[in-house]
Amino acid sequence: MTLYLQLFWSFFQVGLFSFGGGLATMPLIQDQVVNIHHWLTLPEFTDLITISQMTPGPIAVNSASFVGMRIAGIPGSLIATFACILPACIIVGILAYLYYRFRTLDTTRGILASVRPAVVALIASAGLAILINAFWPNGQVSPRETDLVAVGIFCAALIVLRRWKASPIQVMLGSGAIGCLLYLVLL
Amino acid sequence: MKEPDNHPEPANDTTAPAASFRTYWRLFWSTFYISAFTVGGGFVIIPLLKKKFADELHWIDEQEMVDLAAIAQSAPGALAVNASMLVGYRVAKVPGMLISIVATILPPLILLAVISAFYDILRGNVIVAAVLKGMAAGVAAVIADVVIDLGRKEVGKKDPLAIVIMLTAFCVTCFTNVNVALVVLSCILIGIARVLLARRRKPGGGESAS
Repeated sequence: MTLYLQLFWSFFQVGLFSFGGGLATMPLIQDQVVNIHHWLTLPEFTDLITISQMTPGPIAVNSASFVGMRIAGIPGSLIATFACILPACIIVGILAYLYYRFRTLDTTRGILASVRPAVVALIASAGLAILINAFWPNGQVSPRETDLVAVGIFCAALIVLRRWKASPIQVMLGSGAIGCLLYLVLL
Repeated sequence: MKEPDNHPEPANDTTAPAASFRTYWRLFWSTFYISAFTVGGGFVIIPLLKKKFADELHWIDEQEMVDLAAIAQSAPGALAVNASMLVGYRVAKVPGMLISIVATILPPLILLAVISAFYDILRGNVIVAAVLKGMAAGVAAVIADVVIDLGRKEVGKKDPLAIVIMLTAFCVTCFTNVNVALVVLSCILIGIARVLLARRRKPGGGESAS
């Protein structure tokens, strides 16, 4: 029982204080899971981050299910995951209510007009980071290191999306399949 | 939860669907499907949600989707979960929110359990690596597509401040380690300042309700 409570409280804190998302959450989880409670060793934690990077799902949720499962089985995994998203549920719920209640007011509209361009920029820079990682997988941005297969897939995918309004998930699956073929043939 | 009726909704052709089992099921399945493909950071989910719920189902307005992304970013927690939670709330209030949460969390929960069992085999697998590399290029294209649409819309508003904000925010998030929540917060402050200035310049132009 104490273990469940500890799990709940630890991941509740992770959920509450993880502003910014993504890798910004990592130190917070590490602190709870490795330094305070010793539920995982550091190499195990590093593996967990690697898994999180190549699978869908937020790092915090992935960590909660992984750690919960490891130390307290399926109930542990469910408790940790629930604790981790509970703070966000409450806060986002309140914000959603406020947004839909007040968004037609001039003040709210004026403020949102300044926030929207920034959000577009945030999406663009997240996309650019992924793009650079795909084009230059070795971390060196130079013409010689360019992954031409990735450039080709990117251009083809963009054309299919713009010209034929293809579904993004089909485009992603197609890119995966073509990538698999081309990389294996060329290697 | 009554909307103030002296302010009509902004004109758009989107409507929340009727609360029915069919709606709930579509919401669940769409969110589940999208969450399963949100690889490479929470922001990937925004273009996918926009494509599905704004462009395809027309349940949400395009600009509203951008607002929801800003709210999701301003709250603590994982962006992907927050964003789909907001979409769920928009579509079917609190039940919709709960449905979206479960649908967003299930794919990583299941996948993570399976992957942690076979991690050593998967890590060294050439085929898995090749598929992931191809998919990364595809994800970049999906994001570029949505950025072109939304960016064009912002530029088309012919608001110089919006363009300055967009370029500044892009440079700040690309070249510095500033927390993105701070970027959103600063823009909220800029927005407040702007509204106050506009009201002072035009007395009597304030709003009737607050």
